[in-house]
Amino acid sequence: MNFIELTNMSHVYHDGTENAHTAVDHIDLTIKEGEFLAILGTNGSGKSTLAKHFNAILLPTEGHCRVAGMDTADEAHLWDIRQQVGMVFQNPDNQIIAAVVEDDVAFGPENLGVPPEKIRQRVAESLAAVGMEHYRKFAPHLLSGGQKQRIAIAGALAMHTKCLVLDEPTAMLDPSGRRDVLHTVRQLHEKVGITVVYITHFMEEAAAADRILVMEQGKIVDDGTPAEIFRQVAVMKKRGLDVPLAAEVAWRLRQQGVRLPERILTDEDLVMALCR
Amino acid sequence: MPIELKHVTYTYMPQTPFERVALQDVSLTIEEGSFTAIAGHTGSGKSTLVQHLNGILQPTSGQVLVDGTDLAARGKAALAARRKVGMVFQYPEHQLFEETVALDIAFGPKNLELPEAEIEQRVRQAMEFVHLDYETYKDRSPFQLSGGQMRRAAIAGVIALQPKYLVLDEPTAGLDPRGREDLLQRIVQLHKKEKITIVFVSHNMDDIARTADRVVFMDQGKVLLDEAPAKAFFAEKEIAQAGLAAPQMVTLLTKLREKGLAVDPAAFTMEDGVAHIMKALREAKSC
Repeated sequence: MNFIELTNMSHVYHDGTENAHTAVDHIDLTIKEGEFLAILGTNGSGKSTLAKHFNAILLPTEGHCRVAGMDTADEAHLWDIRQQVGMVFQNPDNQIIAAVVEDDVAFGPENLGVPPEKIRQRVAESLAAVGMEHYRKFAPHLLSGGQKQRIAIAGALAMHTKCLVLDEPTAMLDPSGRRDVLHTVRQLHEKVGITVVYITHFMEEAAAADRILVMEQGKIVDDGTPAEIFRQVAVMKKRGLDVPLAAEVAWRLRQQGVRLPERILTDEDLVMALCR
Repeated sequence: MPIELKHVTYTYMPQTPFERVALQDVSLTIEEGSFTAIAGHTGSGKSTLVQHLNGILQPTSGQVLVDGTDLAARGKAALAARRKVGMVFQYPEHQLFEETVALDIAFGPKNLELPEAEIEQRVRQAMEFVHLDYETYKDRSPFQLSGGQMRRAAIAGVIALQPKYLVLDEPTAGLDPRGREDLLQRIVQLHKKEKITIVFVSHNMDDIARTADRVVFMDQGKVLLDEAPAKAFFAEKEIAQAGLAAPQMVTLLTKLREKGLAVDPAAFTMEDGVAHIMKALREAKSC
């Protein structure tokens, strides 16, 4: 089933003024329920603008964006859409509002008018789902960046969100924080079946997705599986992007006559191929 | 002459319930002409440390000397010493504020009360250095630039002050791969051509491997390791303790080695890594 559907959708900032800037340019796109989609593109290619349409932070200036069949431009659906699609942004410090972790996670369901005992249950489940149940009573400012991002994810889960949209959630994190956040997202995708839209500049994170979109100047210029996208090493570099390290090593080894299987995305793939 | 930290301890919010020791008896010398990377996980004290290098923070105890002058002293000498150290904060583009790129970059030199002609000259040079064409961009609003361009414009504002030491806190965070590579190359050029001493805060070991001649791991407010990158990246215990990760190429080669391919894991670049694997394959044929 299609969860998000864009038809001929554009977004022009400062539309009608001399500063008009087309950030998203006539895009058609469908994202299926339960899919894990990564979006790649250089700074300014339109990724974040696109993602902000998925929970109606931005509305199309042309065309349509439908979430679970609801048109985001129809104000009557606004809260329903926002409950179904949760956003996580780059800076963990801008997203946490309460002084205690469990209060922060409870903020969404409280606003939905969920009864208190149900809220307690949702908070416990959400914190457990991101592996942060022991930090229930912690002050968020004492947590690391990766832990804060997991709290932000738990906040969305407590809304019983069906889709998580993460806009460079690991850009400000150290390596262990990056690992934890990606692992959490994959777990939620695999075990709970949450639809994931994951924007990143880290190619090895995108390799964990089912499908990758590549954006350039507001348009989708490529759409395929990680294996299909990262096979095109020269093309990706020309776009100002990159491929996972193992994929580039494999590509260069092939050029020097080493016979390797088609699909090499991770270190483990390459180790398997070389050390049989 | 170097920057010297002598037994620096820094406590946030002392004598309150929130008291936290962020730096504990740190002694470190940044030699003139060096390229030092400072790495550590969030909260390890690395940002607190670098904010001492130009006197934004002053030690709770201990001393910071720039070319022999104590930054905590009053008067002209200490001010001049602080001005030798340029500071590029995390996400410096958030600090852009002027109407045009040229005005923004000129803000610092204007505060130094330099003559107009010299200010223009410095703005021009700084923009050229970060690869922003002067004629094309000088009259643009900084807010119309792309993310990578905004970052470079903000850095140009610090370069225009012509610091002797340049401190950059996570300068490549959030940039796309090409923007990241461009900026790293600009920083390397500043070090090589302009002979600026660089202090580079990062948790990206791949960036550090390709730029720095020394890497300091911070953990819990202390110096955990202080080594040449070639050595530091094989200090598995310290890397794990500091919440870091070895450069990706080292990690890949180490995994191959563990599975029986006799490959030399000491490679930081794509070219070296591939060459090491080819050499091992030729010698082994199979593994």
